[in-house]
Amino acid sequence: MLRIINGTVYDPANGIAGEVRDICVADGKIVAAVEGGQVIDAQGLIVMPGGVEFHAHVAGAKVNAGRKMRPEDHRAMPIPRTALTRSGVGHTVPSTFAMGYHMAQLGYTTVMEAAAPPLGARHVHEELNDMPILDHGFLCLMGNNYFVLKYIAENDFARLKDYVAWLLNATGGYAIKIVNPAGVDTWKWGRNVNDIDEPADTFPVTPRQIVTSLARVQQELGLPHVIHLHCNNLGSPGNVATTLQTLQALDGLPVHITHAQFNAYGGAGWSDIRSGAAEIADYVNSHRNVTVDMGQVVFGPVTTMTADGPWQHRLYELSGHKWANADVEMETSAGVVPYQFSKRSAVNAVQWAIGLELALLIDDPWRMYLTTDHPNAGPFHAYPDIIKLLMDADYRAATLAGVHSAASTRSGLKDLRREYTLSEIVTITRAGPARCLGLANKGHLGVGADADIAIYPQVEDPKEMFYHPRYVIKGGQIVARDGRIVRDQPGRCLHVTPGYDGQIEAAISDDFERYYTVDFENYPVQLEHYLPDRVAVPCHER
Amino acid sequence: MTTLQLKDLPEVPLEAESISPDRFIGKTADEIAALPVNVGNRKACLGEFFAVSGDGGPEIVLEGDLARVKLIGAGMTQGQIHVRGNAGMHLGAGMRGGRIMVDGAVGDWAGAEMQGGHIHIRGNAGHCLGAGYRGSPKGMNRGVIIVDGDAGNEAGTAMRRGLIVIGGNSGDFTGAFMIAGTVVVFGELGERTGAALKRGTVVAFKPPRLLPSYRYACTYAPPFMGLLLRHLAGLGVAVPEAYLHGRYRRYSGDMTALGKGEILVWEAA
Repeated sequence: MLRIINGTVYDPANGIAGEVRDICVADGKIVAAVEGGQVIDAQGLIVMPGGVEFHAHVAGAKVNAGRKMRPEDHRAMPIPRTALTRSGVGHTVPSTFAMGYHMAQLGYTTVMEAAAPPLGARHVHEELNDMPILDHGFLCLMGNNYFVLKYIAENDFARLKDYVAWLLNATGGYAIKIVNPAGVDTWKWGRNVNDIDEPADTFPVTPRQIVTSLARVQQELGLPHVIHLHCNNLGSPGNVATTLQTLQALDGLPVHITHAQFNAYGGAGWSDIRSGAAEIADYVNSHRNVTVDMGQVVFGPVTTMTADGPWQHRLYELSGHKWANADVEMETSAGVVPYQFSKRSAVNAVQWAIGLELALLIDDPWRMYLTTDHPNAGPFHAYPDIIKLLMDADYRAATLAGVHSAASTRSGLKDLRREYTLSEIVTITRAGPARCLGLANKGHLGVGADADIAIYPQVEDPKEMFYHPRYVIKGGQIVARDGRIVRDQPGRCLHVTPGYDGQIEAAISDDFERYYTVDFENYPVQLEHYLPDRVAVPCHER
Repeated sequence: MTTLQLKDLPEVPLEAESISPDRFIGKTADEIAALPVNVGNRKACLGEFFAVSGDGGPEIVLEGDLARVKLIGAGMTQGQIHVRGNAGMHLGAGMRGGRIMVDGAVGDWAGAEMQGGHIHIRGNAGHCLGAGYRGSPKGMNRGVIIVDGDAGNEAGTAMRRGLIVIGGNSGDFTGAFMIAGTVVVFGELGERTGAALKRGTVVAFKPPRLLPSYRYACTYAPPFMGLLLRHLAGLGVAVPEAYLHGRYRRYSGDMTALGKGEILVWEAA
């Protein structure tokens, strides 16, 4: 049992913004009152829910490929072993233990792995299980899956729905992730699609059909999280048109556009790339079915990794850096390319400006979340600096003055004076992501919520504040204190178990046995064995 | 001047980044003896392995066989280190300024990723002299390394700027992945010299076996070679008189990479 007294509480989900209140914890949950137990006097401290990392690449085969191909990255941030914690390395692609400690040390208690191929689900679970402290789940790649494309091509919506539900059950995944729909499928033949009406190769279905069908599936299965979409033409100048077309095609169906910065480019080529943030923000502001996350660029080294194989090949050609490519059989592809975002590059400066512009132009903080698409646009440990950029217009202007002038001339950033309030920051880093993920027990401090709490010092500089939480509490236990891990405990896996018609197994088994390299019986993850400590988040089937 | 006399050869290598003028300046002998070193998985202090005397000035003299002492002068920015014997791996790695003189041989990775300063090794050097660490886009970036003896494989790998001079023979992959800079080898060269070299110059005084991706360009007598060799003589390199004359066959490459580099092969006059 634990009581946090006299703290200044920020809990936007419950309408609390800076009130002095006591928070009581028993059995890992927030409760109305407790008798006795440990007391934290949070006088002069700020109390908020633990951070919910909404979209980060932290576990699985592609993260491991990034680790393997970047020995130089391991040298950047070594953490020595302590009596309590294990050693680790890595700046943009930390090892599993390091990742858990780093995120907890910044006040984060939940992480959603952003893209896992179903076939690699075991590997993802193994790494997530190793990652200490954080509750975790993964987004399951489906936008170029053979069976998804097949059932859309056959116009068999019932089978499509059953397959998606079966796949989420079989992998222990959390939500539907769509990456460059149809494009990744055509990449298997060395091509890409450039338009939402250009068909895939394996089956003649278009990105428009894939996205709208899966959005309907999500709704009908009542999955807690909406479709999580990485749009076509990601990273290419002029792609704001594609993004808007995709949103129009969805016509009101709920959708999350992830790392929207990468999909908000105007201009016709690299020489005249400009911000399309205003167009995206206008659409988001006037359409309540859409949420986005920033994908904010952080200057310095990054390791880009995505299922968007064709884009990664293009980035490899542009950057001349190392490149890894993978073909995941019937399901997806993946690419890994290290990259360096430079303040002196016009393109990088515009990309940097777009993320901030999106955050500042989208009015509703409940539908815009802070991410760096770790480690694609930047490492997650830059969050405190991004928070300062959002909260302090003068700091933003000073930073803008130090980057290539294109950030000022080809975006609207210099005219934006909005400053995020602390409440809004709590919303975009905790309450909003939790609500969008459908995690009713995360991101708030109301009675019944998981006791995941971060307590920060009340200091002038938000960057200082968010870098140095005084206490981080996970499941009612103090796990970090003054930047040091004081308790090493495993996190729990968040997954979904939507219902489906069991005949789907017979329906897919023929093609499965013919085309997969694994046997059908060996494909589903044995959840009892792999995920002893798991939480099935309820679906609300229609 | 501070003198460190090695007491006993340690059983396992000692990681002694603390042996650096930057760390010694302004300290008494006792304070220097208390500086940390890592030995295996144990933390220890310099005084456990060295008898320390002197005043903590910018000059350091190391005595004894320091072949198992790693990271001497790593990251140093000023002052001078004189090793009166052998030195271990990573000598002067990442150094930015100052001078290191070694009377004996050194281990691998000497001057790796250095960004300035001067290293003179009278004996042989190990592998990866002035190279970039695994995965790094850049190796040595400014500074001078002179080896009077032989060097191992991968000397000057991914070098970006600066000068490496090898008085004896050099191993395989000399100047591989070079981005720019100059490597001069007076002795024999191993296999695959300048593999994937983008820019920069490898000067060979004994005809090397060239990769097929190097293309003969011309035979000429570039004036800078005379200037360079006289400069090297001024730095204490024994430059044979004959080398001051003669011409160079220029091979452009590596054509599998950018192809803007060269291997110059000396021909007697």
